[in-house]
Order: sequence, then structure tokens, then C-alpha cells
Amino acid sequence: MIRKIALATAATLALSAGGALAATGHSELTDFAFAHEGPFGRFDQFQLQRGLQVYTEVCSACHGLKFVPIRTLADEGGPGLPEDQVRAYAKQFTITDKETGEDREGIPTDNFPHSGMEGAPDLSLMAKARAGFHGPYGTGMSQLFNGMGGPEYIYSILTHYEENPECAPDGIDGFYYNTSFPNGGVPDTCKDEHGISTVPGSWIAMPPPLSDDLVTYADGHAATASNMAEDVASFLMWTAEPKLMARREAGFTAVAFLLVLASLLYLTNKRIWAAQKGKKTA
Amino acid sequence: MGGIPHDHYEPKTGGEQWLHKRLPIVGLLYDTIMIPTPKNLNWMWIWGIILTFCLALQIITGIVLVMHYTPHVDYAFASVEHIMRNVNGGYMIRYMHANGASLFFVAVYLHIFRGLYYGSYKAPREVTWIIGMLIYLMMMGTAFMGYVLPWGQMSFWGATVITGLFGAIPGIGPDIQTWLLGGPAVDNATLNRFFSLHYLLPFIIAGLVAVHIWAFHTTGNNNPTGVEVRRGSKEEAARDTVPFWPYYVIKDLFALAIILLVFFAVIGFMPNYLGHPDNYIEANPLSTPAHIVPEWYFLPFYAILRAFTADVWVVIAAEWLSFGIIDAKFFGVLAMFGAIAVMALAPWLDTSSVRSGRYRPMFKWWFALLCLDFMVLMWVGSMPAEEPYATISLIASAYWFAYFLVILPLLGVIEKPLPQPATIEDDFNAHYGSKAHPAE
Amino acid sequence: MSHAEDNAGTRRDFLYYATAGAGAVATGAAVWPLVNQMNPSADVQALSSIFVDVSAVEVGTQLTVKWLGKPVFIRRRTPEEIEAARATALTDLVDVKGENANKPDADAADQNRTLDEAGEWLVMMGVCTHLGCVPLGDGSGDFGGWFCPCHGSHYDTAGRIRKGPAPRNLPVPVAAFENETTIKLG
Repeated sequence: MIRKIALATAATLALSAGGALAATGHSELTDFAFAHEGPFGRFDQFQLQRGLQVYTEVCSACHGLKFVPIRTLADEGGPGLPEDQVRAYAKQFTITDKETGEDREGIPTDNFPHSGMEGAPDLSLMAKARAGFHGPYGTGMSQLFNGMGGPEYIYSILTHYEENPECAPDGIDGFYYNTSFPNGGVPDTCKDEHGISTVPGSWIAMPPPLSDDLVTYADGHAATASNMAEDVASFLMWTAEPKLMARREAGFTAVAFLLVLASLLYLTNKRIWAAQKGKKTA
Repeated sequence: MGGIPHDHYEPKTGGEQWLHKRLPIVGLLYDTIMIPTPKNLNWMWIWGIILTFCLALQIITGIVLVMHYTPHVDYAFASVEHIMRNVNGGYMIRYMHANGASLFFVAVYLHIFRGLYYGSYKAPREVTWIIGMLIYLMMMGTAFMGYVLPWGQMSFWGATVITGLFGAIPGIGPDIQTWLLGGPAVDNATLNRFFSLHYLLPFIIAGLVAVHIWAFHTTGNNNPTGVEVRRGSKEEAARDTVPFWPYYVIKDLFALAIILLVFFAVIGFMPNYLGHPDNYIEANPLSTPAHIVPEWYFLPFYAILRAFTADVWVVIAAEWLSFGIIDAKFFGVLAMFGAIAVMALAPWLDTSSVRSGRYRPMFKWWFALLCLDFMVLMWVGSMPAEEPYATISLIASAYWFAYFLVILPLLGVIEKPLPQPATIEDDFNAHYGSKAHPAE
Repeated sequence: MSHAEDNAGTRRDFLYYATAGAGAVATGAAVWPLVNQMNPSADVQALSSIFVDVSAVEVGTQLTVKWLGKPVFIRRRTPEEIEAARATALTDLVDVKGENANKPDADAADQNRTLDEAGEWLVMMGVCTHLGCVPLGDGSGDFGGWFCPCHGSHYDTAGRIRKGPAPRNLPVPVAAFENETTIKLG
């Protein structure tokens, strides 16, 4: 069997090479009922604002949002900040001006900066890039039926740090054990004879970023690690798909209208064919 | 035009006659839209119009996307995000284009399997069938290159793996691969040429579609009975047919409305369901995603590609007979293209004198098994290359070839077909004739 | 019997018209996004108004900023410049229209050209109304305002055309003080 994989086609080679990286078992995810879920779900504006705060005060130290224009923070359906607040918010970033090549204060028409640390992925699209990670055989069924997707993954990654398991009490130096992280390294002592991991999750380079009361919410919302993770997960869903609500509305309108059009066409079709179908054989 | 006798366009006014003498375009359109069409076509005959719509949808949304897209490795991914975030309605247009490809392939597979069941490929419609197969191949090429353009991880690694297939050709393979990519690996040159060809091919497809339609308008449509329209006289033909307008135009538009209803439900509520999440990560030549899976519509042939590994006896035999020229990798490539080739040869492999599967009691079962086989191949194509999927894909691939190369030729000899209706009119009346119209 | 036929006919016609109408609406709804996508996108629209920090602009100096791809002159005029501009009679002007987007119908009196009541702040497009060159500032030209080197148009201290081929005064764009030190253009 091993020989079979080794001698397979180029495609298979690429596949199994990728597979070796992910020689881990399963990862544990927490399901959540986010406000934006379901066919008519809408983003919770205050949650997005809190999530923005968590991103700004915690995540942005390492991670960027380079595809997100800062001005969209004022967009309806998003965090909906007033324009002057967005201008004030933009000023905290140092942007290298494309035309002059000089550093200056950020303005709303700039995008968020890119990741400031090597190896820290950009978070703009993370909620979509991690959307189909589960369900039987990666079919994403659970995404479809349980409304589980990228935000749940983000929440779980942020909160599922645990003590090193018994099979590797010392873990991996410089890495942290996370039961939700699927693609990291696993010590050999935690693998069975087929090289398959026996523990959920794997080891991740990111230290646990959240702790209770790390930020202070202006609206008095309790700043537990879990709340912060939920808020920032929701915010990152918005950065990944800012037109989510508009898209659903457009889709719903189209479906409703096509229902009418299809009904009319059905009746017209029946009427046109009636004479043909009613004709008696000669 | 068609072999079926019917009324042709007669220019009446002076202006019409003036134009008709110089360019008979109105007559061409009239004859196309009023073509006599068998009156017993069922709902499986809607897919042609759906496919025409899909082609138009993809070309129109594609041209719009090009207005905002930048084909460069540094900007491609960002320009797609620009479309999604900044362009007016851009998110809808892009999702329509992305999911439009899936709708296109759903329709083309149903169209092909309809043809396989009702024997639409058989004489005198072989040319229609062959052109259809060419269109299908072009669609696959177009879809593959289009998937590279967003420059996500799946774009990049899909391009790497699929162009690697050409590298499997003995001797000249690596040179061909380098020529295709414009360098040692997928890079800016590759992206630019794929963009150019992705824009070009749909127009070639449109040309082939015109020839496809021309071909079957010459032979006349097949129909569920496989019995030909009577052509003795105009009156006789009229009893078997109805003009395409309004009968089938309205019927097809109704079907289109229903299909678009589902289409927009997908776009509105789960537009990324059929896509791979990894394609929302910008291409990174230094890191391969954990699981590379092609788009769903390639999975059956991808499964065939992977099925023939070095320990399968046909592969060992081929390697031995070819003195090692055909190794497992090249065999897989040959098998994949061969799977489409045997389908294209169906008109000459099917020996049955009866056209429609409706009157072929044994064929029905083998055909049902082929449909199931196709689904199984699609499923194993998405699975990792390990047991039990390897064995399943080998069996399923074997059946695909057996169906075309063994079962179709043999069935024509051993099968005893059921009696067919004498005319299309008889078939139609058997369904509807007994129902008297209330107004009459 | 004939009544029944009439009714059936009307119903049929209505159905056909309704279907055709719904089809036309669907077509229109499909075409509009294809047209609208060519309108300026959100990032371009966002550039249609900018904020300019003028806290560093001293009396008698000028700031040139790029807005909508064109230069905009923001000048803080000296009392002499203001006086010179206000002393000019409308009859001496080539173009008696204010050319001020903030005061569309006003004449070219100096008060109608400036941003503030005192007349200290003058904001205008830095594009010569002749053939689109950028005029030189800082008191150049025969009238102590701006001078276009391309074809020799002279503008006065209120940016009004006084001499040369240019037909109109330098236009004042939509502008307002957002706060004491910030001007919003557009």
C-alpha cells in the first residue's frame, strides 16, 4: 500500500505529500449560534464593534487585514462606526504612501495593514478559508446543516488551548497544544504505528492570545475570553464576507421573483400545449 | 434546411424581399426558431437550452469581471477581493460566474447522459455527438483555466498538478509541461496565458455550439422513442412535430426559471458550498494545501486518472509491452483521456438496431449501473488515495471502460428489444390522446 | 357559449401579457447590474471627498493637494491680497460669474469666492480654464495672484481671470471647514 501511494500519479503524489503534513487525527470544534447564521441572519452591529476592538487591541499586534478597506467600518451592515470615528481609528496605523513612498498616518481610504509578523497569516478571509474543514469527508455538510463554519473554527482555535497531553508532557518547544488546530505538528510519541495522531488537534505557534478582561468593552459587555473569541470570530466573518446580508437579500428577491415568473410560465406552457395534448387521434 | 418538410419563411413586403435577396438572415432565424420538433420530447430535452443560457451567462459575467480583474500574480487575488468588496454588485457577479460553471457542468452531464440513454449519438447524429464531445472537452479546459485565475491556493496547486499530467508523456513530456507553463513552474507567465485562453475558448465553444445546433437541425431532433419523424409530406411531418416556437421555447423557459430559482438560492445562501475554502488563501508556491481536490465536475475523471497505479496488472502489462515507456503515471493520463474517447466513440461501439433505451430491456440496467458508476467515481475522486478508495476507483473505472468497449457492442447482439411505437404521434397520443380537451 | 369563449380569450391574453411582463422585468433586473458595475466602485467613490489638514498653512502661503486626480490650491491670503481683490470692480472682470460650486448663482465678487466670511481662505481648482495647465502661484502674474505659463493667462488674488486667453475664473470646488484646522473637499 505504501508502495502504491509512492508510485501513484503526480496528482496522487501531491495529495499524499500534503496528506503527510496533516497526519493528525480529528480536531475539536465548538458550535455556536452566531447572529449572522441562518438564511435571514444579520450581523450584530455591537458584536462587530466589540470584535473590532479585540482585533485592534490583541490580534493586530501580529495579524493584518490587508484586503479590508478601513472606510468599510462605516458601512451599513458592518460595524457601522460614525465617519469621524473611522477617521480617528485610521490614524493609529502607519501607512507607506503608494505615491510618495513616505510613511504617513492612515486615512479611511487605506486598507488595514498586512501582517506585521512573519508566519502570522492575514485574517481578512480567514473565516471563509476555514469554512469547509469538517463534515463527513470534508463535504461541508455540517456547515450546511448545523451552520458551522469559519467563525466556529476561529472561536475554537482561540479558546481550545490545553495542557500538553499525557503522551507528550513536554509538548513541542515553542509551540502550544490546541485541540482545534488541525494542521500543526504532533510529537512522535502521540502517533500510533501508522503515524496517525492519537490526540485531538495539534501544536500551534501562536501563544494563547486571549485571557479574561484583556480588553475593556465600552458597552459593559463581560470581557471573558470566550466572549472576546466569539466577538472577534463574528468580526472576522464580516471582514471575510462584508456583503453577506446584501447578498442574501438579493438572493431572496431573485428566488421570490423567479417563483412568480416560473408560475406564470408554467400556466402559459400548460395553456399553449393544451390544444396539442387534447387533440383526439384521428 | 432540415430534412423535415415544413413551411419556410416567405418575404412578403417589399422591404423583406429586398433584404432576403441580399442576406436571407430573417429566413435563417425563422427556420431555426420554427424548426419542426418532435412533439413527444420529455423534460430531459431542456438541457440544451439551459446550456446555451449557461454559455451566455458565463460569457457576459466573465466580460464584466475582466473589467475589474488584474491578471498578475501580485494583483490577481487582491483584484478578486476588489470585485467582492468595492465593485457595484461585484460580489453577485463573481458568485454567479463561479457557480455558473457548476450549473454548466450539471447541465452538460445531464445532457450527455440523456444522449447516452436515448441513443441520440446513433446514426445519423454522430457528427452532433462528436461536436458535443469537443464542446465538453473545451468546457473542461476553460473551467480549469478559469479556476486558476483567482490565484488562490487551489488555483495554484490545481494548475501545478494538472499541467503535471502532460509531464507524464514519455520523452517530450517535461518539455511540453515547460512550454505550457512558460517556465519551470506555475508563475506569472502561466497566469497570463491561462487568462488569455480562458477568455478565448468560450467564443470557440460558441462557434461549436452553432455547428452542434446546425448538425441536429439537419438530422432533426432525436426523441424519447428514438423513432424518426415521418418525412413523406408536410402534413405527415406536422402530425409528429410542433414548431419550436412557442411550444418548446416556453417549456424550456419554464424549466430555466425553475433552475435559476435553485441557482439564486445557492448564490444567495451558500455561494461557497461548491468551492474549496483553501482558494480563499492567496497562492503560496512554498506550501501545498493538505488536500488537493479538483472542482466536483472533474472528480470522475480525476478518479480514473488515479485508479491505475503501478500494481494493477493492466498497468504492469502495458509497461512490459511498451518496454517501460508507458509507466503508471502515463497510463493514468491515457486512461483519463481514454475515458472520454470511448464515450466519443459510442456511435460506433453501440451495435443495437434500436435507438432509445426505453425499448432495450437489458440496456436499461447496464445504463443505470453506468449512472451509478459515474456517481461512485465522483465520490472516490474526492477521497484520499488510500484503501478502500483505491480498489473502488479501480473497479468503477473498469466498469466505465467495460460499458463502452464490451457491454455496448455485445448488447446489440444478445438483447431482444421491445416493440417500438410506429410513429411519434402514436407515442404522444398514448400519453395524452385519451384526455379530451374540456373546451372541445 | 360565445361568452365563455370571450372569457377564456381574455384570461388567456392576460396570462400571456403577465408572463411577457414578468419576463421583461426579469431581463431588466438582469441587465441593470451589468450596467451599474461600470459606475465608479466603492474605493473610487471614497476618494471623491478628502480631508485636508490646513493647520500648517500660514498667512500668505499656499498648499497644493491632489484631489480627483487634479491639483487644488488652498491659499491663506494676506490682508493686502484680500483688499486688492475686494477693491476690484465687477466691470473690470472677464468672467463675472462666481464659478463657485458652493454658491452656484453668485457673481464674481471676492466675497463669493472665498471659503470664510473674512476672505482669508481661498480654495480653487489649480487647472487653468484655458487648456488645463497648472498656473503658478505665490503672487505671480500682473495681478499678484496666479499666472499660467502655457499661454499667459493672468489671475488676480481671488483667482479671477484678468488677462490672457483663459475664458473663466478658476473654479471653486465643493469645500467646507470640517473644523478649525480641516477643510473637507467634495
